[in-house]
Amino acid sequence: MLNLRHSLKRLNPKLLTKYLFIGDWLIVIASLIGVFFLFQTLWSNESAAKVQITVGDKIYATYSLNQQREIHIHGKLGDTVISISQGKARFAKSPCHTQYCVHQGWLTHAGQAAICLPNQVSLELLGETKPYDSLNY
Amino acid sequence: MKTIHIQTSIDDHRVAKLAAFAIALHMVEAIIPSPLPGVKPGIANIVTLYVLYQYGFATAAWVSILRVFASSLLLGLFLSPTFALGLSGAICSLCILWLATHLPKKWFGPVSLSILAAFAHIGGQLLMVRLWLIPHAGVAYLVPIFAVAALFFGCINGLITAKLLAKDSH
Repeated sequence: MLNLRHSLKRLNPKLLTKYLFIGDWLIVIASLIGVFFLFQTLWSNESAAKVQITVGDKIYATYSLNQQREIHIHGKLGDTVISISQGKARFAKSPCHTQYCVHQGWLTHAGQAAICLPNQVSLELLGETKPYDSLNY
Repeated sequence: MKTIHIQTSIDDHRVAKLAAFAIALHMVEAIIPSPLPGVKPGIANIVTLYVLYQYGFATAAWVSILRVFASSLLLGLFLSPTFALGLSGAICSLCILWLATHLPKKWFGPVSLSILAAFAHIGGQLLMVRLWLIPHAGVAYLVPIFAVAALFFGCINGLITAKLLAKDSH
């Protein structure tokens, strides 16, 4: 029993056939499938359906992403331009100094968000169902 | 004044010895750095499994619970969230192990039990995290990572246990 190190050293592939019974293989395979489905359901990158625009502390509007459109929003500093195109959305123009929001580029997946703090405008993409908020987590 | 004398049986001594061994493994594991808090090999569970096969479920349960209490005292984490997580994990995996001992021995070996116990362990811990420590749906993002770790380390621990048991039977 105290020969743990010895056992670890001798842990070679031959053990797999010696110590794994048929039920063990079934459990391993079932677990692998289970883990695969866990990844699929919990890490799915659902494509977005809508974009929600927030100005200040209020939801400004929610638009479908299934259109080609430019939206002009008057924020604290000036006009922000948001473009929507084929299931994506981005900050196209912003009066802010840093331009972080513009450089973030296109948002494509549900749950993604871009925030322009100086102009107090933010975008969040929404799927059919609201996904987990990974940003705040 | 009357001194209290506790009668101890051979079984008690055996439990204490095995628990001490599990605690030692737990201590070794505590100093191994982990990329993600909670992803640990759980080598102390090898002792639990080994005891389960050699001495039965009751002894294994004693060893496992004693290990959780004693190692948290040694690490200075008694009654902390870490302790609560360890305890909930240990209780869940003991429940699953009790069920798993009823599986036909001919087809299901230590590897099965180890994997099932590892999943139960992480399940119990995540439930605790979700309900008490981080009551946020975002915890779900971590589930697949923990599941992969549980499967991997469950396999390894099960194989080590199988090897130890095979050595003892000769």
